[in-house]
Amino acid sequence: MADVNAKGVLTAPIFQNNPIALQILGICSALAVTTSMSVSLVMALAVIFVTAFSNLFVSLIRNHIPSSIRIIVQMTIIASLVIVVDQILKAYAYEMSKQLSVFVGLIITNCIVMGRAEGFAMSNTPGMSFLDGVGNGLGYGFVLMVVGFFRELLGAGSVFGITILQTVQNGGWYVPNGLLLLPPSAFFIIGLLIWVMRSVNPEQVEDNEFKMKENTKPKEAV
Amino acid sequence: MAQGNNSIKKVLIVAFALCIVCSVIVSTAAVALRPAQQLNQELDRKTNILNVAKLYEPGMDVEEVFSEEITARVVDLDTGEYSEEHDPETYDSFEAARDPASGRTLSGDQDIAGLSRVENFATVYLIGGEEDPEQIVLPIRGQGLWGLMRGFLAVEGDGNTIVSITYYEHSETPGLGAEVNNPRWQAQWEGKKIYDEEGDLSPEIHLTKGGASDEYEVDALSGATLTSNGVTNMLQFWLSEEAFGPYLAKFRSGTEPEDAEETDTNFEDVEGA
Repeated sequence: MADVNAKGVLTAPIFQNNPIALQILGICSALAVTTSMSVSLVMALAVIFVTAFSNLFVSLIRNHIPSSIRIIVQMTIIASLVIVVDQILKAYAYEMSKQLSVFVGLIITNCIVMGRAEGFAMSNTPGMSFLDGVGNGLGYGFVLMVVGFFRELLGAGSVFGITILQTVQNGGWYVPNGLLLLPPSAFFIIGLLIWVMRSVNPEQVEDNEFKMKENTKPKEAV
Repeated sequence: MAQGNNSIKKVLIVAFALCIVCSVIVSTAAVALRPAQQLNQELDRKTNILNVAKLYEPGMDVEEVFSEEITARVVDLDTGEYSEEHDPETYDSFEAARDPASGRTLSGDQDIAGLSRVENFATVYLIGGEEDPEQIVLPIRGQGLWGLMRGFLAVEGDGNTIVSITYYEHSETPGLGAEVNNPRWQAQWEGKKIYDEEGDLSPEIHLTKGGASDEYEVDALSGATLTSNGVTNMLQFWLSEEAFGPYLAKFRSGTEPEDAEETDTNFEDVEGA
């Protein structure tokens, strides 16, 4: 983190340093909750809230956290925030919380939240950390919305529950692609998205860390 | 990082203070939001009752339709008569089952649904008036594969023909056992019969593998044998003489259950027997 400025920490994680597309973190929940856009949106908002405030609180007390228990301290703060989010959803968005079910609780184990608390908030000021949390949440949310858009449009023929492509079941012409409603399809979409993002920003392409050797001959193996 | 942060004293102080602050925040959120959550759960339960009775349409005012269409009554499971002792609005049969005064322990061979305790009185929901109801919605619960499943069974006014079944709380495997709430599977239940012609209180209805062949059989869920067994067992239990059997028998024989007289109620605590 050479240059820490407000605009940078807020916008960089969306395209240049996207937590899902570049760092490949938080894939698990991106597979699970992206079947429809409204669910993706709520999940994205929940993650933005949790990353932002966990970063803020961790940063506020960063000078008092003993390094021997720092991970558990971060974890406790994150877990508390996640429970609060879960309770709020149960109270004000009951249907949504039923659809998200365990995945709200699993924000606790979302690597992005933990990664930002440990990697950024522990060494930066509260204001910056808060913005960094929002930025990373937005980056996560951006990927979720893109994946959710394609999965809902091609899998169910709708966007935010509004029918765009009339499906055959409802007397239209569009034959929905059932695969897109299943979790593996998110792998394809995230993969294609990473391809697009790295074609636009070639500097994101990583160097080969190791070269494959040619096939070993039986003699050499012994 | 400040010096001395790693002393044992500091570690303990930070850990303790953090725990206190976090637990206060979490418990405040939980307590403050509980009324709103309970309202939601209540609404969800009512929606499910309307749903199982095939009265639910998206966008409808659930509270209003529920209060118009549905009458809740408390039934004495022992005699099958209505009881005036408990107010159906406030009576919680789940709590009652745990209380020795209002529930009883099931012995091993009675307890096919894995409940261990059952209440003496249960709430039923009548659609189409108390006299000669069109449908009766019965609460059912029992062990599935991973945990307790709670749901409703809607039966026609003849006390024998099933309308539909639904589960509002379960923890079955998504895609396998959780298919109990798949509308296509639920649709099979319509028109199935609970009891055979013999007229006893042992229910015939069960799930079966390899295709249902008569009106007492429903296709089991593929890939979810233990959930299917759980559903069969809880139906066998709740429709037997241990639970709603005597109550439904009154509809089948054509004599409606009467309101129990105040003096007629006696508590039997089987635990003491």
